Amino acid sequence: MAAAEDTPLLLVLRNELGLRAAKHGCGLEQCRVCTVLVDGEPVPSCVAPAASFEGREIVTLEGLGTPADPHPLQRAFYEESAAQCGYCIPGMILAAKALLDANPSPSDDEIRAALDEHLCRCGTHPRILAAIRRAAAELAR
Amino acid sequence: MTSASLQRNPSLDDWIEIGADGSVTLRTGKAELGQGLKGAIARIGADGLDVSLDRIRVETADTARGPDEGLTAGSRSMPDSGMAMRQAAAAARAHLLALAAVELGCDVGELSVLDGTVSGGGRSVSYWDLLGGRRFEVEVDPGVEPKQPAALALLGRPGPRIDMLGLVTGTTAFVQDLDQAGTLHARVVRPPGPRSELQSADLDAVRALPGVLAAVADGSFLGVVAEREEQAMRARELLAARARWRVEECLPDDVHRWLLEQEPQSFLLVDGIPVADPCEPTEPPDGAAATVSATYTRPLIMHAAIGPSAALAQWTADGAGLTVFSHSQGVSPLRDSLAQVLAVAPENVRVAHVVGPGCYGHNGADDAALDAALLARAVPGRPVLLKWTREEEHAWEPYGPAMVIEARASVAADGTLLDWSSDVWSTPHTARPIPHPGTSRLLAAGHLADPLPRNMPTPTLTRVGGIHRNADPLYSIARRRVVKRFVEGLALRTSSLRALGAFANVFAIESLIDELATEAGLDPLQLRLRNLADARARAVLETVAERGGWARRPRDQAGRGSGLAFARYKNSDCYAAVLVEASVDDATSQIVLERAVIAADAGQIIDPVGLVNQLEGGFVQAASWTLKERVTFDAARVTSVDWESYPILRFSEVPPIETALLDRPGEPYLGAGEATQGPTAAAIANAVHAAIGLRLRELPFTPDRIQDAALR
Repeated sequence: MAAAEDTPLLLVLRNELGLRAAKHGCGLEQCRVCTVLVDGEPVPSCVAPAASFEGREIVTLEGLGTPADPHPLQRAFYEESAAQCGYCIPGMILAAKALLDANPSPSDDEIRAALDEHLCRCGTHPRILAAIRRAAAELAR
Repeated sequence: MTSASLQRNPSLDDWIEIGADGSVTLRTGKAELGQGLKGAIARIGADGLDVSLDRIRVETADTARGPDEGLTAGSRSMPDSGMAMRQAAAAARAHLLALAAVELGCDVGELSVLDGTVSGGGRSVSYWDLLGGRRFEVEVDPGVEPKQPAALALLGRPGPRIDMLGLVTGTTAFVQDLDQAGTLHARVVRPPGPRSELQSADLDAVRALPGVLAAVADGSFLGVVAEREEQAMRARELLAARARWRVEECLPDDVHRWLLEQEPQSFLLVDGIPVADPCEPTEPPDGAAATVSATYTRPLIMHAAIGPSAALAQWTADGAGLTVFSHSQGVSPLRDSLAQVLAVAPENVRVAHVVGPGCYGHNGADDAALDAALLARAVPGRPVLLKWTREEEHAWEPYGPAMVIEARASVAADGTLLDWSSDVWSTPHTARPIPHPGTSRLLAAGHLADPLPRNMPTPTLTRVGGIHRNADPLYSIARRRVVKRFVEGLALRTSSLRALGAFANVFAIESLIDELATEAGLDPLQLRLRNLADARARAVLETVAERGGWARRPRDQAGRGSGLAFARYKNSDCYAAVLVEASVDDATSQIVLERAVIAADAGQIIDPVGLVNQLEGGFVQAASWTLKERVTFDAARVTSVDWESYPILRFSEVPPIETALLDRPGEPYLGAGEATQGPTAAAIANAVHAAIGLRLRELPFTPDRIQDAALR
């Protein structure tokens, strides 16, 4: 790769690998729109250098599903129309994935706690909560 | 019915294209801001034309093609573009049926259409056979009657937006994602404050960095272009670290006191229209059971888009032509403004809309477009993607203005409103980049060595302005005096933020009604109903009260209470009532939103899910403004520059929300994106009063404000 060693993971994902689902929001690890899964845990990617993730498994939203074959969480977000501008949604879905992997039937308070660091400016929170509840119910079947 | 959009763009080919491949392309002159425009236009077009949704493509605002519909603002997407598309689709269908009748040798009345295939007399022919790949070459016929509501298959029924799958799979390309092969990256270094001047910059040091192709200093405009994004970021850091500025202290320590100290331009509202009559104060009437006077304020508020502004600009190799991809709300005014600053002919500039992070008004998008164009000029022929930093977005976007509202109202013992008097002070709510000779409203234009100074807005004197939006109560009141006080000269730029003046005006009106009810011993719901003549207004209030259990609400001020509020946006658009149940934490003085109920009437419903998303999203954003948000600054610069210094509402703070939609089949579409902003703030204030007996009149309602109110 052409990126220097201290290049943040987010830029390597987006510019080297063409994986642009993870977004730049603040560069301060405050908003979580850059969230990716690192060994299954939701982690902001906008500050930490890519080199610091050596040997770890990184999953971006592209790794969950595609428009032709969406992941159950993506399908639930689609069914619930859980997006307005959609900029924060990749991070939301990955955080929800980590939550449901650890806790397949979370309470509303547990969902809210898991997403509390994730900012959404459009106010789509009610639909995002509904989508995660729907995904949990469908995955439990 | 001919909408303004159709009068401006009468050619049917501006709106609809029948593809040779069995597709239908719908073009709108509006921008997708996250409000669901594409999905709504697709439904209107598909229903009107009788084709399935999966054949539909929607193209949004582009100066190179499609209709010019000016700005995407004021909740006008559906009233303008939705109504225009409804007519265009009806006219296109009629045109295609006429062609089919000739082809099939039968009368139009004998024809039926299923997914673009016209059948009659035992034979059929498709839209694509009839016109695929060719133009209509006619104007939209305003005489064709659109379908009756009962004949519509999609409108009013739930279903995902056509752009939803792209959003949830991360495959939608936002402006920020337009970094294809060969794209260069650019960053700007802003001055420390609004009246700072560059003294010196070390361009040579920056040019020596790896990958840097250009370092630009033009007056106080500083920026870099590099091969790679991280190189541009590093170059920006060095450029910023070595730049020396002269910093001017130009900001007031109390913006509300500053507003009241200025000499305003004052206008009495007469029938909702500002008139420069004398605005003499009035005395409260004799015989009132209660008269209440109060002052309400809102601070400067940010759009604070979740992603910083960006633009992609590319000059032709000869430097004569420019293409810009932008998340602007108005591609044609932006094109003209760019052409002015860059001294090129407007016809040599193309601006196309690309989706960006959620847009709630005039944010930094237009300014980023000029930044990109200025920096791309140093590398003609190459596409340049310019991105703002989070700090730049927070510190430099045009803010929603601070406002002061002094109001007084009187009510008779039977609940009849007798008198209303209010004065509304604010800096401008409309300062969009529309070109004016010798001046500009684009940020960098004022920083150039040969600057175009900021163009100072003038008061809007039409019914739908910014400061006086919803300043005039919808209630029947025997005597009213409402005065708009336009103030100019704040060093910080202010412009349009969702709902404009309606947020604070409705907050003030609906708080004062509640105060009046308390003072006169009346039920706040009954007081409103008694003075509202409009049945649709009454219906949303009655619905919200019923769904929210108003009759059973706690009334003991023991820490938990319910408040409600109402407005008809612009007094002419969507009706919305909001009920909030809130409690106040004893230990922390934090307001906790326990639940919310919304009732709204937006005319005929196009997409119930999209409508709920707009109404509830408006509630959540307005609750965030109400509880948390305030732009802060010292004498020279903005100090709320990230999400810690400018916090917004989080998941743990968003209450359960229930929304009731009152459908009005056959009634015009009323935009809903700004309808809940004002009622939300007042409903929260009224709920806090019901919960703990304290009246909050200064936004935002932070714990220190609760503590101050307790000490009063």
